[in-house]
Formats: sequence, C-alpha cells, structure tokens
Amino acid sequence: MNPAVLIASVYVFALAAFLGYQVISRVPPLLHTPLMSATNAISGISLIGSLVLAGATHSHIAHVLGFIAVTTATINVVGGFGITDRMLKMFGKRKDEGKKLPAAEASK
Amino acid sequence: MSLTSYFMEATYLIASILFVLALKGMSHPETARRGMFMAEAGMFAAIVGTLIGAHIVTWGWILVGLTIGSIIGIWMALFVPMTSMPQRTALSHAFGALAAALVGVGEFILHGTEMSVVTRGALGFEVMLGALTTTGSLIAAGKLHGTIPGKPIQFRGQNAINLVIFLVMTGNFVYFWMHPSVIAAFYTMLGVAFVFGVMLVIPIGSADMPVVMSLLNSYAGLAAAATGFVLGNNVLIIAGTLDGFSGFILSVLMCKAMNRSITNVLFGGFGAVIATASTDTGGVMREISLDDAAMQLAFANSVVFVPGYGLATAQAQHAVRELAELLESRGVTVRYAIHPVAGRMPGHMNVLLAEANVPYSALYEMEQINPEFSSTDVSVVIGANDVVNPDARDNPNSLIAGMPILEVDHSKSVIVLKRGQGRGFSGLENPLFFKSNTSMLYGDAKSTLNHLAQAVQHV
Repeated sequence: MNPAVLIASVYVFALAAFLGYQVISRVPPLLHTPLMSATNAISGISLIGSLVLAGATHSHIAHVLGFIAVTTATINVVGGFGITDRMLKMFGKRKDEGKKLPAAEASK
Repeated sequence: MSLTSYFMEATYLIASILFVLALKGMSHPETARRGMFMAEAGMFAAIVGTLIGAHIVTWGWILVGLTIGSIIGIWMALFVPMTSMPQRTALSHAFGALAAALVGVGEFILHGTEMSVVTRGALGFEVMLGALTTTGSLIAAGKLHGTIPGKPIQFRGQNAINLVIFLVMTGNFVYFWMHPSVIAAFYTMLGVAFVFGVMLVIPIGSADMPVVMSLLNSYAGLAAAATGFVLGNNVLIIAGTLDGFSGFILSVLMCKAMNRSITNVLFGGFGAVIATASTDTGGVMREISLDDAAMQLAFANSVVFVPGYGLATAQAQHAVRELAELLESRGVTVRYAIHPVAGRMPGHMNVLLAEANVPYSALYEMEQINPEFSSTDVSVVIGANDVVNPDARDNPNSLIAGMPILEVDHSKSVIVLKRGQGRGFSGLENPLFFKSNTSMLYGDAKSTLNHLAQAVQHV
C-alpha cells in the first residue's frame, strides 16, 4: 500500500470513529438490541471483500474461502436487516395506545 | 481507472453516507425504521457496484453463496423468536467475524509475500481478531441457547493458561509480521486464535452476557475495519469502525450498569466464587395469596412492573401485558422499569415487551423511574433479582456493591413473583425479600400472572 493511501485510510478511520461515537451515544437504551443487530448487518459490508475474493481472482482456494465468506456475510446482511426491521416495526406500532390510558381514570 | 471502477467507488461513498444516516435515525423509534431503509439501500448499491466494477470473472461461487446466504438470512429474519434474539445476534457476530477472517486468509494466500509492512500488520490483526471472535461468539451463542451450560466453566490455573495461549498467539502474529515468508507462523496464529476465542468465553457466566455480546460486537466490527485497511477500501473501514464503536460504547454502558470493569467481567468468573459471601440476613419472607395480591393491584393508583430475565424464560411477556391492560382499564397507571442489564443482551427486555404490544412510551429507563418509586403503590418484580437488590446500595461489603439498582424498596409495597425460595442467578441473598413491605408470590411467572389477571377481573 502506498503511504498516501495509508494515511488517507487512517484519516477515514479516525473520522468514522469520532462520528460513530457522536451518533451512537444518542441511541436510547430502548433501541440497543436493534442497534446491535443493525450495526451487525451494516458490518456485513465485508461481503464486498468476499465477492472480490470469490469472483475476481484465479486461485481455486481463494474461490472456496470467498464462497464461504460470501455465504456468511450474506446471512448477516439479509438476516440482520430483516430482523432489525421486524423489531423496529414492533416499536413503531400502537404508540397512540399508550396515550389514551389516562382517559380511563374516571372508571375507578 | 475505468468508468465502472468510478461507478463502484461512487456507490461506496453513497453507502457510507447512508450508513451514518441510518445510525442517526436510530436515536428515536419513530425515525429508526426509515433509517434502516437507507442502510439497506446503501448496502444494495455497494453490492451492485462491486459486481459491476470489480472485474468479476467467475460468477458461480458468488451466485451460489449469495443464494444460500439469502435463504438462511430470510429464514432467520422471519422465524427467529424475540426470546432467541441474543443467540441469533451472537451467531451473527460469529458469521461476520468469520467472513472477515476468511477474506484475510484469502488475501494472505494471494498476496502474502508482496504486502507492505503496514498492510501485513492490518492483515494479521484482522485474521487474529476475526478468528477469536468467531469461536468466542459461537460459545456465547451456545451458552445463550443452553447447548453449553451457562455457568462459568473454570479450572485451576485458567488465567495462567489463557495468558500462555494469548502470548503464543500474539508471538506468532509478531513473527509473521516481521517474516512474511514463514507461512507456519500465520497459520499457527490462526489456529491458536480459534482456541483463544473459546477460552476467553467459557469462564464467563450467562448473567455477564450483555457485556460479552457487546465486546464481541466490537471485535467483529474492528475485524471488518481491518479488512478495509488490507484492501484499501474506505466503506469497509467506515462500516467496520461504526460497528466496532457501537459495540465498544455498549460494553462501557453495560459495565457501568453492573459497576464492574471489563477486566473483571472477562477474568473474574462472576457467579462461581460467590458461595462464601452470602450474608445471612435472617428474617422471614412473607407470602401473599393470589387474591390479596390482586386486590392490592386493583386498588392501586400506580403500579410499576419490573421484569427480569425470569420473565423471558417463563415466556410471560404477553401475560404481563394482559394484566397491565386490565389494570389500566380500571384507571391504574402502569409503567415498566427496565434495568440496563435486564435480559441477556443490551435492550433485550424492551424488545420482548414491545413484541407483546407494550407501547414503548410505558417503558422507563432506570434514571427516569427511580425517583418515581416513592410515589408508587405497588411494584411487581417479575423474575428479577440482582437488579433490585438493595444490598448493592446499602451494603459496601456486598459483591455487587455500587451496582446501580431499581429502587423498588422505596415503593409502598412490593410483590415479588418468584419460581421458588432459592437464590437468584448470582446466588446472592436479597434483603428486599425480607423487608416488611415486601410479599412473595411463588410459582411460574406466566401462570401466576394469568391467575392474577383473572382475580383482578373478579375484584
């Protein structure tokens, strides 16, 4: 790797770390489980590295390693996003339900 | 650079931006779902970009891998129950880390000898972290699923053996770093890292899983970021770093919620050494009948439910919601108090209750609800123990001294739903059970709650 690329990479890493800290510390505990499964799905981006290994090389063993990596990374991407959405759907629904409760006060 | 390569790089940039926006959306339940659509779009763009721009020559392996992965992924997304979310997440940490490790091994086979020193360092780091996270997460998943006993597995000299394994692993890493032609060093490091992952997680008890899950999450992310350094790929660095930092922040939060350090969680083996430390508080636990409990609840002004992991094991989340709705229809204010480490992963209890249709506006964090207990008529503790143990606050000699707790003992009366008279998960005596305003209701949480609901209807 040439030094200029390396230095740029270190910049990207440092800025992403800073940005990640800022953004993620605002996530409420309520959503910590979906957060974990979402960041997991997002880090399934290593799929693109796996795709290159499985398809853009001429080594047979690289193909096999790449194939396994593509499979597990795809499970993370598809399963991770799917399950995150399922969880978030539950948090989204019936939010009015909670509000109407004080109205029932008189019945006691 | 060819046109397709530019296109690929552009999709990576778009994906990076969308990922950050997605996590920003996570700051509120209302915007979270929209955020995730952005992340999905970003991911899709990056995959398409790669397939077009990366000069793919053989499609067979890719298509088969994508197909198998999608089928398993969709199956998981549709059918994994919310109670199994911790083991599913642990498994996905293992998958993510394995993908990173394998990409690293592939890179080593293809370009191992021609890499620069820095790239080789990143490669070693990636493979080492990826491998140990893979096996560590598999063990964690096994413990959470019950395939492996949740109790800490410990033996004499464990920390010394682990230290030796760690030194062998890092020693091989450094040797490979300095002498890339010695292939054996690389593969020894890989093998030992797999073993180290197992050794790292087996001494840790199930109650500490929220911390371990967060740590493994962090490792998996950092392994992906290291992949980005090896391949010189920025979107990998960004996504991996976001994942790594998210895991890191969560581990810090979880440790704070237990008042313990990460080293203590990893090497302390909590839950195995406790037996000697129990202080015999004496006193008697007062039992309450179902009808009396129902009466108390029905005529209360405000009730707070405090769910613990026992609620999840008893599958009682729907039963508690039904009881809560009955009480609400009588005009009782019902709230839920959620301790940060209730459950087996960060936020686990919120997800379980949300699945049972509890509106999230009724779920309160520890800091929000603690001042409210003094004006609460009845607190109902369901399968929780340590998180409501007043010893943590009052007894400086307690093993959990200093751990922030839900101060249910401040409420006018406390009803504790418990399976039996035995001690809780950590084996600690809980003075809450002996207090004069506490009464015990024994039995399976789910059926007790169902019976309570029936009794409330007849009040």
